[in-house]
Amino acid sequence: MTVPVTLEGARERRVRAGGVELCVAELGDPGQPTVILVHGYPDSKEVWSEVAPRLADRFHVVLYDVRGHGRSTAPKPLRGGFTLEKLTDDFLAVADAVSPDRPVHLVGHDWGSVQAWEFATIKRTEGRIASFTSMSGPSLDHFGHWINSRLKRPTPRRVGQLLGQGAKSWYVYLLHTPVLPELAWRGPLGKTWPRILERVEKVPGDGYPTPSLPTDAAHGAWLYRDNVRTRLRRPRPDAYAHAPVQLITPLGDAFLSERLYDELELWVPQLIRRTLPAKHWIPRSRPAQLASWITEFVTSVEGGRPESVTATGKYADRFGGQLVLVTGAGSGIGRATAYAFAEAGARVVAVDRDAEAAIRTAEMSRLIGAPEAWAETVDVSDEQAMEKLAAKVATEYGVVDVLVNNAGIGLSGSFFDTTPEDWKKVLDVNLWGVIHGCRLFGKQMAERGQGGHIVNTASAAAYQPSRALPAYSTSKAAVLMLSECLRAELAGQGIGVTAICPGLVNTNITSTAHFAGVDAEEEKRRQKKSARLYGLRNYPPEKVADAILRAVVRGEAVVPVTPEARGAYLMSRFTPRALRRIARLEPPL
Amino acid sequence: MTTAVTGELSVDSAELRGFRQVQQLAYACAEAVAARLEPGITEREAARMQREWLRERGVRDWFHLPFAWFGDRTAFVNFRIPLQFFPTNRRLEPGMPFILDMAPVYDGYTADIGYSGSLGINPVQDKLMADLEAHRELILREVRERRPLREIYEDVDRLMVRQGYANRHRAYPFGVIAHKIDRVKERRWSPHVFGFGTQSLKGLASDALHGHRDGWSPLWSPYRFSDHPPRPGLWAVEPHLGFRGTGAKFEEILVVTDSRDPEQSAFWLDDDLPHVRRWAEEK
Repeated sequence: MTVPVTLEGARERRVRAGGVELCVAELGDPGQPTVILVHGYPDSKEVWSEVAPRLADRFHVVLYDVRGHGRSTAPKPLRGGFTLEKLTDDFLAVADAVSPDRPVHLVGHDWGSVQAWEFATIKRTEGRIASFTSMSGPSLDHFGHWINSRLKRPTPRRVGQLLGQGAKSWYVYLLHTPVLPELAWRGPLGKTWPRILERVEKVPGDGYPTPSLPTDAAHGAWLYRDNVRTRLRRPRPDAYAHAPVQLITPLGDAFLSERLYDELELWVPQLIRRTLPAKHWIPRSRPAQLASWITEFVTSVEGGRPESVTATGKYADRFGGQLVLVTGAGSGIGRATAYAFAEAGARVVAVDRDAEAAIRTAEMSRLIGAPEAWAETVDVSDEQAMEKLAAKVATEYGVVDVLVNNAGIGLSGSFFDTTPEDWKKVLDVNLWGVIHGCRLFGKQMAERGQGGHIVNTASAAAYQPSRALPAYSTSKAAVLMLSECLRAELAGQGIGVTAICPGLVNTNITSTAHFAGVDAEEEKRRQKKSARLYGLRNYPPEKVADAILRAVVRGEAVVPVTPEARGAYLMSRFTPRALRRIARLEPPL
Repeated sequence: MTTAVTGELSVDSAELRGFRQVQQLAYACAEAVAARLEPGITEREAARMQREWLRERGVRDWFHLPFAWFGDRTAFVNFRIPLQFFPTNRRLEPGMPFILDMAPVYDGYTADIGYSGSLGINPVQDKLMADLEAHRELILREVRERRPLREIYEDVDRLMVRQGYANRHRAYPFGVIAHKIDRVKERRWSPHVFGFGTQSLKGLASDALHGHRDGWSPLWSPYRFSDHPPRPGLWAVEPHLGFRGTGAKFEEILVVTDSRDPEQSAFWLDDDLPHVRRWAEEK
């Protein structure tokens, strides 16, 4: 039996509002901007137990149990006691008690967010709310308009969206049946719920939910019964937000479709979107990410610049503020990848053995949107150096959210010309570099338990045999299989692994490649010739970087980039004999 | 058509004074027009402003008509055909980079200049401009060493890659980083085709023909026909850097002579130009 979670170091007080007594907890310095966290259903304020302490050193953090939940008292009678008007009274009472002079920053999850949308869009709270961070809880008014617009003009796509959300809302219908939900929650469901959360929702089993769950859930059913039907039938026509809103959408939410927020710009003049590959209970499963986004948003609003995000990249909603480490970031695909992440607003650690090039990448990353970027000079094949790097990154910059093991070197030449030293060198960098990266940074990710993604740069040579590249292809095939195995192992922890397989990409790998079995002059000539061929092919590394970001967003497993790589990938699966024929050809060098 | 006679190209010759004067005029035009750019102006309007400014000051003929590129068009993003160089209805927005490029003929002397700037602050373009200084030094140094033009081109390329930039002069016709310019006979009627003055094109064509016989080319390109030491004359040099949708270039005249003194064998026509002053100020 795990110990129920508590909010350590919280100062508690009781606030009276409209016939109930609310249990309010405070953390942090009351002189700082106030952030009020509102929990959802079936939850209590302890749902924020991982998020609140992370915010407490910067802000005055306030949590309260919604009426009828946790240690707040329930209204009598229950019916009609949970309307949004009454919930607004509660919020205003709490806000006036904890921050009488300054507007507060609201953060809501699930039903907390549904309520907070009401607070942020009605007249009588104007001037009391500085900003609002919404997760997994739409405004019932917006939702009503969303349904109406789809019923009025039912194109096939819109009907699909309607049916999709309709199916996800099954529990809402159940909660409208009388008595049964209460019986279930006070009976078997209340007992098994923590295990269901762990198993289905991937919430860590750490003493949450609290023992008050059965009563919370039984009382909370009235949230639905008192509000959903009336609001969806007659949504307010003037539900415009009077504060900047940050919308955090978990993409794996089983209860809410991300399409719900498609027209949100109509209602919110200042909207910042964030997406997260996670399930519904993000305050439990992704507290670090939430804390960093809330901190960034609140700080920017306090600083008077609501749209602080300078990142213009396509995936800024996903990578904004995340920590991305790229090896081999001094040139080619690595550098382009670092820049693409920087454009998406990520914090970038550029690792390369060429110090000057890494510094350059970090410097340019900051110019194009990375809030922070650092250069680290490390040879990925050096185990101790990599361990030192991992320790330094963890203490100084944090746990890496996206790791790109990209550093690699080229080696060409017949198998019999390839010396053991050549083999060692190419395997050290191309394979061991990836192993060290996955081992050290992957471990940090897994230990944090809040997801992440690993991208390994393999190559089309991983599945396309060639007489010219025995050692290189071997190393890359190993990387490909390593990625697949690791993907299987880490799948349960929300960490994705992707192998990128580029074909001929115009980078300097050709001019630094080693050609086994020829003298220096001939090597130089071949380097030049292959660089020229790759130059004529002229496939830019920026496109590979785009493919990497897309692969992370979509969680793809194996991604061939360039038409020749995709062609070879298909051939390796359907016409492997033809591919073996091609492998016999001598490249024109 | 007068061919630049090499002996005449000493620093203070009347010949160079003429070129210097028109280059100053062109840069003055660029600065004047750049100062008048505001949000909402289109590339076409910016090009027309340059044209009118220069016409008012006596320019009658062009090596090429003024160009203006805004936003990611400064880096020639997705340029496939040369027609895309011509000004479009793209509107200028705050923070956008722009490039003005013009080549007026005044009193028979030609200039070809490029001016990069941005509406408000654009840190990326500032960085690109700052990094162009190394290219100006590299080009002069290697021309003085009489290295084949093609090799210098490749060295510029390598420097760009090291800086993390893309080579965007590659998008110009024949991928040139520079081309020869010369004096042009003034005629009463000076038509232009596809934006290029016929008189200047004639000069370039005749140079190309002579050069083809003698193994040199008036176009400084990455191709084999540029595999020769720098040819005496005036070269309009235009290294153009691109970085993720932002481009920057300068363009100015490099004088190459057949003098044995390295200092005299090649020099920039004029150091009193906006980008050079800027670099000096930053130091």
